Amino acid sequence: MKQQKKWYDYLWIASLTYLILGFFNILFAWLGLLCFFIPLLISIAKGNKAYCNKYCGRGQLFALAGGRFGLSRKKDIPKWMRSNYFRYGFLTFFFAMFFLMLWNTYLVFAGAKNLKMAVTLLWTFRVPWHWAYHGTWLSDGVAQFAFGFYSVMLTSTILGLITMVLFKPRSWCVYCPMGTMTQLICKARNVTLSQKIKK
Amino acid sequence: MPKRKATISARECVACGCCVKVCPKSAITVPKGICAEVNKALCIGCGKCAKECPASIIKMEVTEP
Repeated sequence: MKQQKKWYDYLWIASLTYLILGFFNILFAWLGLLCFFIPLLISIAKGNKAYCNKYCGRGQLFALAGGRFGLSRKKDIPKWMRSNYFRYGFLTFFFAMFFLMLWNTYLVFAGAKNLKMAVTLLWTFRVPWHWAYHGTWLSDGVAQFAFGFYSVMLTSTILGLITMVLFKPRSWCVYCPMGTMTQLICKARNVTLSQKIKK
Repeated sequence: MPKRKATISARECVACGCCVKVCPKSAITVPKGICAEVNKALCIGCGKCAKECPASIIKMEVTEP
């Protein structure tokens, strides 16, 4: 029996639109914060991974491209990539880079640095992105955050695409920092909950 | 003849829910967002989840009733 599709099965359209919008106006990158806060809020408030399980548009996009469109070799992911060392290590690295980006944004807000109209891919390659910036009446820092955040989103999409091709379609889910973090929150919540019951 | 059923390595599961989506019997759930669980009574051993699992940690194993 084929399960009937729900509205949230189409969220991949939102994810794809988000990536495309960043090519036209970088300020749309701010919308990506939704992909940060919604999973966290769900895991904190409800104690589950409903975001990963149902609503993650990026996961759906990989499932579609790797599955339906056959862009995946569908091989097993190497053991080290699914180990906790790698998952927690990647989470730490990802957040270190994220805070570095926030620091750079702060420097632009404070006027200590000039706005850099570039997107940094894989934390290394600086790609000129001035054509997606048409000015803002707010502080330059607002635009700097958009460039920085879009860099994070595009970098993780590229990594996800690479592992999608090499391994299974949703290989990104194995080491996705948001997934690792929400699972940690759920685990922590469960521990504290069971301790409360014991008392 | 003993039937094979999906068995999940709980320690390695990332709770992404890919298996839940493909299960034709809705036999898999991810309670509390920690790891996926198979309802062995519902599992028909089709192996779709094992194929889908991005971490490849679902094995089809013969389990005694």
